[in-house]
Amino acid sequence: MSNEAVFQAPAAAGTHHDAHGDHHGEHHHHETFITKYVFSQDHKMIAKQFLITGMVWAVLGGLMSVLFRLQIGYPDANFPWLQDLLGKWWAEGGKITPQAYYALVTTHGTVLVFFVLTAGLSGTFANFLIPLQVGARDMASPFMNMLSYWFFFTASVVMLSSIFVENGPFSGGWTAYPPLSALGDASPGSKTGMDLWLISMALFVVSSLLGGLNYIATVLNMRTKGMSMTRLPLTIWALFFTAVLGVLSFPVLFSGFILLIFDRNFGTSFYLSDIFVNGVGALPNEGGSAILYQHLFWFLGHPEVYIILLPAMGMVSEILSVNSRKPIFGYMAMIGSLFAIAILAFLVWAHHMFVTGLNPFLGSIFVLLTLLIAVPSAIKVFNWITTLWRGNIRFTPAMLFAIGFVSLFISGGLTGIWLGNSALDIHLHDTYFVIAHFHIVMGVASMFGMFAGIYHWFPKMYGRYLNNNLGYIHFWITIAGAYMIFWPMHYEGLAGMPRRYYDYSVWESFKQFADLNRFISTVAMIVFSVQILFLVNFFYSIFKGRKVTTQNPWGANTLEWTTPIHPGHGNWVGEIPEVYRWAYDYGKDGKEFIPQTKPIGDDESHH
Amino acid sequence: MATTATAPGTKLWGGGKSPFNVEYGKLMMWYFLMSDAFTFGAFLISYGTIRFSTNGWPDPNEVFRSFPFAPEGVHAPLVFVSIMTFILIISSVTMVLAVHAGHNMDKKGVVKNLILTIIGGLAFLSCQAWEWTHLHHEGAWWGANPFLNHDGTASSTNFTNYFFTITGFHGFHVFSGVIINIVMLIMTLTDQFEKRGHYLMIEKAGLYWHFVDLVWVFVFTCFYLI
Repeated sequence: MSNEAVFQAPAAAGTHHDAHGDHHGEHHHHETFITKYVFSQDHKMIAKQFLITGMVWAVLGGLMSVLFRLQIGYPDANFPWLQDLLGKWWAEGGKITPQAYYALVTTHGTVLVFFVLTAGLSGTFANFLIPLQVGARDMASPFMNMLSYWFFFTASVVMLSSIFVENGPFSGGWTAYPPLSALGDASPGSKTGMDLWLISMALFVVSSLLGGLNYIATVLNMRTKGMSMTRLPLTIWALFFTAVLGVLSFPVLFSGFILLIFDRNFGTSFYLSDIFVNGVGALPNEGGSAILYQHLFWFLGHPEVYIILLPAMGMVSEILSVNSRKPIFGYMAMIGSLFAIAILAFLVWAHHMFVTGLNPFLGSIFVLLTLLIAVPSAIKVFNWITTLWRGNIRFTPAMLFAIGFVSLFISGGLTGIWLGNSALDIHLHDTYFVIAHFHIVMGVASMFGMFAGIYHWFPKMYGRYLNNNLGYIHFWITIAGAYMIFWPMHYEGLAGMPRRYYDYSVWESFKQFADLNRFISTVAMIVFSVQILFLVNFFYSIFKGRKVTTQNPWGANTLEWTTPIHPGHGNWVGEIPEVYRWAYDYGKDGKEFIPQTKPIGDDESHH
Repeated sequence: MATTATAPGTKLWGGGKSPFNVEYGKLMMWYFLMSDAFTFGAFLISYGTIRFSTNGWPDPNEVFRSFPFAPEGVHAPLVFVSIMTFILIISSVTMVLAVHAGHNMDKKGVVKNLILTIIGGLAFLSCQAWEWTHLHHEGAWWGANPFLNHDGTASSTNFTNYFFTITGFHGFHVFSGVIINIVMLIMTLTDQFEKRGHYLMIEKAGLYWHFVDLVWVFVFTCFYLI
């Protein structure tokens, strides 16, 4: 099953890829439990698989942060139940052990960045929204799409299993810098755990490649009649650029990993030179460069933050417009700024490396290019705010999370201007200021985009609503908590408190932050528990939520709301609707909204 | 090449048709090749960085001077690798002929040229196997470099490290290409493309094959010429 239906004109018959003539819409071949829920090729089901796997990882990754925050907030306390629960390796005598602490921060980072905010976010919404919003029966290649999920699933299983090996999971930080990551003798976590980490990440790269190629081909090739590129909803533009970023940056990471695998296992010295481990050495490895790895890593690593952020930006644009009952402000500027961000994403990676001994002149070029990102970012922020301006705002939970996203993006983006300066970075590098910056602007903001998307499209996914009151509780505690957790970290960072230390209470300079750290940890636990509340809401509502009774509950213009309440595989019954206008005709000519499928009337005004 | 005529009055990017007049599979292949180009690009740039920062490098004319069945100590610099390269380029020519035959729905031509391409690919892989074995016998491997710098000093192992990693990665691509071509051959022989009414799959396999050849040109330049 593929894009047959899109090529309805007989003239296009020659381009058909596979000529088995099954027609969708009135779907009548038999589906078993396995083909419907497990090895499904329906993009909507694959989206749900990505979402729920992402949720499992979000809970595990979040729990990890709670555990290491326990250590930072309560460095002197003992929690005997922790040892009962986690065992001696992790929590001997009821205290998170140093090796467990590093394993936890590393796995927390890897899992949240890649499994939750890449696979869980763009995997879910690219799969769910692209075919529905461009007007396609399914992805270009549903089979590759299915493979994409199962590679992700396998990566997940390998990563999960690394938690249970003898020396624990990898513990050298999510960036996996050599030599720590390249030498098994360097730390317990660099033994089997690191091998599994690399295998898992390699599988993840394959998954993201399979997915990304599909997203690109679907957006370019399978738009329904009339759906020109400039009529696409901004979600699709954002997901399209996300896919391009992934397809071009993940392979570089892959190369970097292959060289790392050789350094670990086959005696090469790509990243190694003049190494002493525990006073033993020098090792025979000669001539490599650890900085080379950082270049390869950050060539992915920086686009990766936009891979995480762009889908959230796209969904927020859509949700803000729908719930303000106003057209998105500056549609073309939004596309242009997405494009600018996608280009600049590839040109700024060395701002992660200002203190590696990088030539200061080269550094100044990267400062310039980094600060340039402020321009498209500011365009987006102003356009979101002007979309809200004098709108007829409906404060649904999705809308609240979208507005929360804008708030977080501003707060976190401003500190990016500080960090982008190589001179300031000498002081701020590797401090809690960095943690605060990227958690707010990339982590929490994208999480908010994801929540906004879930609240907004849940009715389309499951034909039921999420509970609103629980949604409001979820939003207010999460946004207040997010600021209470990460705002104080700026002060700690400015005072020079480094990241990744196990126990700050032994440092005279940081004793002043003992109370603040305890406060942050406490809030983190509260915020984590509220996320559990959200999950309860999610799973309860799948089965028992209020039923959706109309096709278009939000009064939105986009195509997904023209499908049946419970769309089958193939999405539309009968023909795919044709599109006559852009997705943002809200409040035009006195009409509240005009769906994209409605032809332009004779008396309609032009914009 | 897809030969869709644009219906009058429809815009290329207006939706309802492929803006490039290609089906999605070929579009994906192009994007995949871009992605793969970044993989090889990262490898070769890494190689360049490390080589640039290293004092001294072996002379490829001295390292790659042997020839199968020639007496030990023969001095035939780059002769063997030139033959390898020639074989690979000729296999690209036969691939073009296979694609061309596919356009004309000429099953026989497709079969003949695909077989030739597969033979070319296998010949290249065999040459590479011989070269690797020979170098290995001379003591070269990952982490071991018996060759001396131009000036006679001991050389960095990163010469062999990168050589085996990158030519190995390329060889793996050729190997995958051969497998793909064999699958295409089987599909052709079982009349799958005749039933579909087109040989577009051959075209996609061809894109991949040409890409792998093109990459070899860069790998060849980096390791054997410079």
